[in-house]
Amino acid sequence: MNQFVPTNPVNARVENPAISARGLVKTFGAVRAVDGIDLDVPAGMIFAILGPNGAGKTTLMRMLATLARPDGGSATVMGHDLIEAPADVRSEIAMTGQFASLDEDLTGQENLVLLARLWGFRGRAAKARALELLAAFDLSDAAAKQVKDYSGGMRRRLDIAASLVVTPGVLFLDEPTTGLDPKARKEVWQMIRGLALSGVTILLTTQYLEEADQLAARIAVIDHGKKIAEGTSRELKAATGSGFLHVALEDPSRSDEAAHLLGERLGHVPQRNVEGGGLSVVAGSPQDANEAIAALMDAGIALSDFSMGSPSLDEVFFALTGEADRDATNDGGKA
Amino acid sequence: MSEIGGTDNLLVLNAVGRPPQPSALSNALVFGWRAALKFRHVPEQLFDLVMTPIMFTLLFTFVFGGALAGSPAEYMQFFLPGILVQTVTFNAVYSGMGLSSDLGKGLFDRFRSLPIWPLAPFAGLMVGDVLRHLIAASIILTIGLILGYRPGAGLPGVLAAFALLIVIGFGVGWVFIVLGLLIRTPTTVMTFGFTFLFPLVFASNIMVDPATMPGWLRAFVDVNPISLMSTAMRGLMAESATLGEIGAAVIAPAVLTLVLAPTTLWLYMRR
Repeated sequence: MNQFVPTNPVNARVENPAISARGLVKTFGAVRAVDGIDLDVPAGMIFAILGPNGAGKTTLMRMLATLARPDGGSATVMGHDLIEAPADVRSEIAMTGQFASLDEDLTGQENLVLLARLWGFRGRAAKARALELLAAFDLSDAAAKQVKDYSGGMRRRLDIAASLVVTPGVLFLDEPTTGLDPKARKEVWQMIRGLALSGVTILLTTQYLEEADQLAARIAVIDHGKKIAEGTSRELKAATGSGFLHVALEDPSRSDEAAHLLGERLGHVPQRNVEGGGLSVVAGSPQDANEAIAALMDAGIALSDFSMGSPSLDEVFFALTGEADRDATNDGGKA
Repeated sequence: MSEIGGTDNLLVLNAVGRPPQPSALSNALVFGWRAALKFRHVPEQLFDLVMTPIMFTLLFTFVFGGALAGSPAEYMQFFLPGILVQTVTFNAVYSGMGLSSDLGKGLFDRFRSLPIWPLAPFAGLMVGDVLRHLIAASIILTIGLILGYRPGAGLPGVLAAFALLIVIGFGVGWVFIVLGLLIRTPTTVMTFGFTFLFPLVFASNIMVDPATMPGWLRAFVDVNPISLMSTAMRGLMAESATLGEIGAAVIAPAVLTLVLAPTTLWLYMRR
């Protein structure tokens, strides 16, 4: 399934992309952490880089934010060459790293004043900018508290506010909601949407499919340092197959048998749901699905539930990264 | 964007442009301000900073003082300028630990992605160090004065000695900035730092006159930069320092700065 060809209708029209990368490579010893990635991010878009841990997302982002030097390829950010003019790139970007890039000993306000002064705001103007951002991010009450006493969600908000002292052309967000509870995550999402409406181009990495689905206009899927797909969430789902049949077995121990039957009937390898007993498989049409279910019943495999639907992004993701293929190889051995 | 909720609670910010580019000095002063804020928020760091030298001063003066110099008060006269040198070199270790833990947190990634003078964060660390050195040295000097130490050169001598002390702290500081950049665990910086500093500080003329040491050790002690620094400090505070002694004391700080400041920049900017 890895030969899925990404469709790129938007890129064809992009004339002044915020980020344009060709063949970026970063190696650490023998490991090619980023292995020849092309990327075009149109200005003003929320663009998500989706991939599992260790896929190379953070390394890719660090290169684009001038924190790591590419070992190959080239890129421009807001029209500035990453390698020739890193200082120009820095004046147009802001990055919020995976780990809070704040001084924990200082108060929220002091952190923002510090950054405002580094950007060149003087005395009162720096303080005014800090207070403005604290108010916008609903942190005014915590302005005088040390950051070490902030909750995870407050810390994340301050961290993002810290990236907006001067409105950046491109905002890099490395896993912006990792470790947040659902409520804090929703708040950060709202914030990110608002920022995009303010005209900031946002490149974010995430390992949560839901996050990419919720926020991003385009998604690039990365695995083992390579881009394996790119498109809107709808395009990615469509490419995996329009109809998906989900079945839940009453007796999970028969799932190998059921997977084999479904695969035989529908011509696609079923994916196993992590929570045992469930199988999902591409079904060409409701008729095909119907026949496959009948086949399961004929074999005496009882279902506790079944449904037809479009694939979740999870299923798309597993299909693209080949996790299901690896499972299927094992099944093949047994069947 | 697939599902934008209501737009009422969306945060939409007005674009804020960039003010004129601040100078390198202005950048460095901002980091100095950060170091000063740390004293307010983390006063306990002063505890580490002054307890060790206070302990050393009191223990050496009262335990060994009588045996080494006839009386604690007389020993203090010899020992105090040297313990100031020891204090600032040990303080530099804590500064390296602070840097190491800052780097581990991603804070410096933000600094590095800002369009600022790249050495500014380190210049700021140095400002913090100088403040720390002055605080610690003043406390030690006060204890010394209470216990009977009398600087022969009076206030001007003390001020000159403190100026030299800052030069020493500045030079030695680079060693631990480099270690902080290279080593990602603060406790390793400390272990490494003290393993290196203890022999250097003890095999010097800070605590005792090297006259009774074996020849091979004396040969080392005589050229140990720590000895040269202590000699100049003693001289400045007693109004007997020669230009040659002062010159010898600043060789090591100057060489360290010339070699390690570019090393620091290279280590920090390597990507």
